[in-house]
Amino acid sequence: MPDSGHARLITLVRADRRLRAIPLTTEEEGVALAVGAWLGGERSVLLMQSSGAGNCINMLGMANECRVPLLALVTMRGQWGEFNPWQVPMSRATAPSLAAIGMVVQAVDRAGEVGESVAAAARLAFSTSRMIAVLISQRVVGAKEFK
Amino acid sequence: MKHNLPSLDRRRVAADILRQRGNALVVAGLGAPVWDTAAAGDHALNFYTWGGMGGAAMIGLGLALAQPARRVLVITGDGELLMGLGSLATIAVQRPRNLAVIVMDNERYGETGMQDTHTRFGVDLAGIAKAAGFRAAGTVYSAAELKSWIPRFHRHAGPLFCDIKVTTQAAPMVLPMREGPVLKNRFREALLGPSEASVPNS
Repeated sequence: MPDSGHARLITLVRADRRLRAIPLTTEEEGVALAVGAWLGGERSVLLMQSSGAGNCINMLGMANECRVPLLALVTMRGQWGEFNPWQVPMSRATAPSLAAIGMVVQAVDRAGEVGESVAAAARLAFSTSRMIAVLISQRVVGAKEFK
Repeated sequence: MKHNLPSLDRRRVAADILRQRGNALVVAGLGAPVWDTAAAGDHALNFYTWGGMGGAAMIGLGLALAQPARRVLVITGDGELLMGLGSLATIAVQRPRNLAVIVMDNERYGETGMQDTHTRFGVDLAGIAKAAGFRAAGTVYSAAELKSWIPRFHRHAGPLFCDIKVTTQAAPMVLPMREGPVLKNRFREALLGPSEASVPNS
């Protein structure tokens, strides 16, 4: 799912012949897609913003029960310098709700640590068949400007 | 809205479709389609969903993209599909030639007390799939129509969508295995070989 914090990554994925970008209509589609891809022998990474985390909870229960490795990169809204109050509740619920459904949640607050954090999370996910969410702070992504 | 009464028996429909499965990969959607698929014969390349309602078609898409040389059949229910209607749009964008989404449409939520689903009031799932961009989509009311669709499920270029109107007649429960890791590893081992069954070494 698109987010301004993922925009450059999505562009890079689209330009890479080894990867396939699959746009979704809602985040939980990506969880089920990842389960199917893994059954078929492929890895996937789910991109979303924090407001989409809540859309995934029941579907993540399936990935949890089946021990399907799942790597989610979650860009945070409603957090660091947020302007839109409606973003705050789901932002605050993101880490606890993902943890409650069985994800390992790892937050990254510094841009310089994102690369190694994602690499470590991918290794953890695919080596131990677990669901890992890397929450990328709004401090890294930047607060959205309305002007 | 034009509305014919469903007359097909879901167990016969499932058996007729799966008799010709060959090496197809099958995803069964939560609820009665799982029992129907199991009743047609357990198979290592059946993935039975005991949860994740609304996800069956997307599991099918993930499989179809990962295994473009294999046929992928999603057999699900009207309630299950209605929970993930957006997935029809997502599938249409990817246009997997090897995917068929088959709905056993009894127009009811069968597992929760037979409440009417939206299709009972005329919501046309095949129309939605066609409008989304599926290569072919149709609604089946008769055995003759089903007979013409079955070869398409197995051979024609997808994505295909078929809404099969089945009766609300209860069939004996046939419950397949339900532990997620067992189902996943059995499927992967049958498809990818023993070394890929659980955690790969890369």
